[in-house]
Amino acid sequence: MTATDSMIWAQGLRKGFGDVEAVRGIDVDVRRGEAFGFLGPNGAGKSSTMRMVAAVSPISGGELRILGLDPAVDGPEIRARIGVCPQEDTLDTELTVRENLFVYGRYFGLPRKEVRARVDELLEFVQLTEKAGSMVEDLSGGMKRRLTIARSLINRPEVLLLDEPTTGLDPQARHVVWDRLFRLKQQGVTLVLTTHYMDEAEQLTDRLVVMDKGLIVAEGSPLDLIAEHSTREVAELRFGVAQEGDTHEVVARQVEDLADRVEVLPDRLLLYSHDGEETVAKVHERGLEPVATLVRRSTLEDVFLRLTGRTLVD
Amino acid sequence: MSAVTAAVARQAASPLGAREATALLLYRNFLAYRRAWYIFLTGFLEPVFYLFSIGVGVGQLVTGFEVDGRTIEYAAFVAPGMLAASAMNGTILDATFNFFFKLKYNKLFDQMLATPLTTMDIARGELSWSLLRGGIYSAGFLVVMLLMGLVSSWWAVLVVPAALLIGLAFGGVCMALTTFMRSWQDFELVTLATLPMFLFSATFFPVTAFPTWLRWVVECTPLYRGVVLCRELTTGTVSWASAVSVVYLVVMGVAGLLVVRRRLDRLLLT
Repeated sequence: MTATDSMIWAQGLRKGFGDVEAVRGIDVDVRRGEAFGFLGPNGAGKSSTMRMVAAVSPISGGELRILGLDPAVDGPEIRARIGVCPQEDTLDTELTVRENLFVYGRYFGLPRKEVRARVDELLEFVQLTEKAGSMVEDLSGGMKRRLTIARSLINRPEVLLLDEPTTGLDPQARHVVWDRLFRLKQQGVTLVLTTHYMDEAEQLTDRLVVMDKGLIVAEGSPLDLIAEHSTREVAELRFGVAQEGDTHEVVARQVEDLADRVEVLPDRLLLYSHDGEETVAKVHERGLEPVATLVRRSTLEDVFLRLTGRTLVD
Repeated sequence: MSAVTAAVARQAASPLGAREATALLLYRNFLAYRRAWYIFLTGFLEPVFYLFSIGVGVGQLVTGFEVDGRTIEYAAFVAPGMLAASAMNGTILDATFNFFFKLKYNKLFDQMLATPLTTMDIARGELSWSLLRGGIYSAGFLVVMLLMGLVSSWWAVLVVPAALLIGLAFGGVCMALTTFMRSWQDFELVTLATLPMFLFSATFFPVTAFPTWLRWVVECTPLYRGVVLCRELTTGTVSWASAVSVVYLVVMGVAGLLVVRRRLDRLLLT
């Protein structure tokens, strides 16, 4: 494996802040046109990784190449060719929507006329043409996010970095953002995103790594990861309020032979099996009466639970 | 959707030259201030009011001072001091509060660092903007001085560049100090330093009024260097000694700039 034909290539990449090691040696290889994801809970080291890749955070160890360039040497050159959509909106609150895009485009050394044309097209793309003259403060959260995405596209980046692109958005706004990102993906833009939402990872990424405590614990396509680390279906069972201590723990022991695997969560039991309905039926046969049952497909959430023993969002 | 189709095409973006980057930061600040031009007005009027109240008002009770063996009227003595002070005050507004806001609250510099701009571009651009603000105040003040007949030498045309030097010195150091500030309250310390400078740097009376030791202290402060430089220019008493003030202010400004750049590296590129 070489660094030259990868968009992003890292080996043994580390990042430390004083005594805290946020990233503890990860290998990453993102290819052109790929939609690549970092999935993990808060504090897994995703954002630290993204900042290193964005060439604004010096690496503490290992090797990192972005577009074949070394961020320690070629920071400005790298940043000229990538797009960054940070977790926290860093829009210029003292400027209008249009000015935000125009000035940002100019920071890339693009000619005025060119930037003006791109601003119009991007406003159209993120459906903010009507808001062009508004101040940023007057936009909703979803609009701000879309503006940030438009801004990150002004230099026609070869790689687009998205750090938690829909965190903090309401469900409808999330879907609008997803739709735009999906279009970009279809156009062949290389996307690299971090998320702690498994549905986001499933919808948008071709391939992802699961991060936990600064390390990569699994890698593959969403479907492969699910097939490899989980069963086809999951039966979620909820029993009544605990009468005598750990009801769920007690029940878990009574049903553990009915499923490939049983997980105990604070509020419910997860029974992993090929056929969820059949599993639920067997539970009833044992004379157990859950208050609520739900049978669903396995998701990346289950993969994460399996690999780390913890849930993604807590 | 053509914009996005093109998003996979080769782009023409590239890192900017130093001059271009500085011009862009000035442009960005110009855009932001365009809607609040009136806040420029108060900064400009403050020294004008001082000139009228103290220079002209109190001046009627004062016979004037001797500058380089020549007696000049009191208002002509005070005016260059006010001009230097307006350059200092104008610069400090942007180098302290506004710089702090951009650094800590607006996340403006984080945004800029996602582009090819560097911390040096940011330090240089922001310093240029703040000294420009001081320079604009001073240029306006010079016009007032001309209208009041308080300028007695052609050297006065150099007073605007001199004001920019004062801006450079105070802008550089104040921006450097601002990178260490933790909250808005810390800025009281800046006021604590600039107010006595404003009052005692030979602005309203000559330093000969001080005992010798204190005079030495005053002569070492940056505003004093700015005030005498401006006075030498508006009264036409320029000498080689003026060069000392120029070098002093340049060194102070450049040192400040280098500290700002280092601090931005530490604060933003973590």
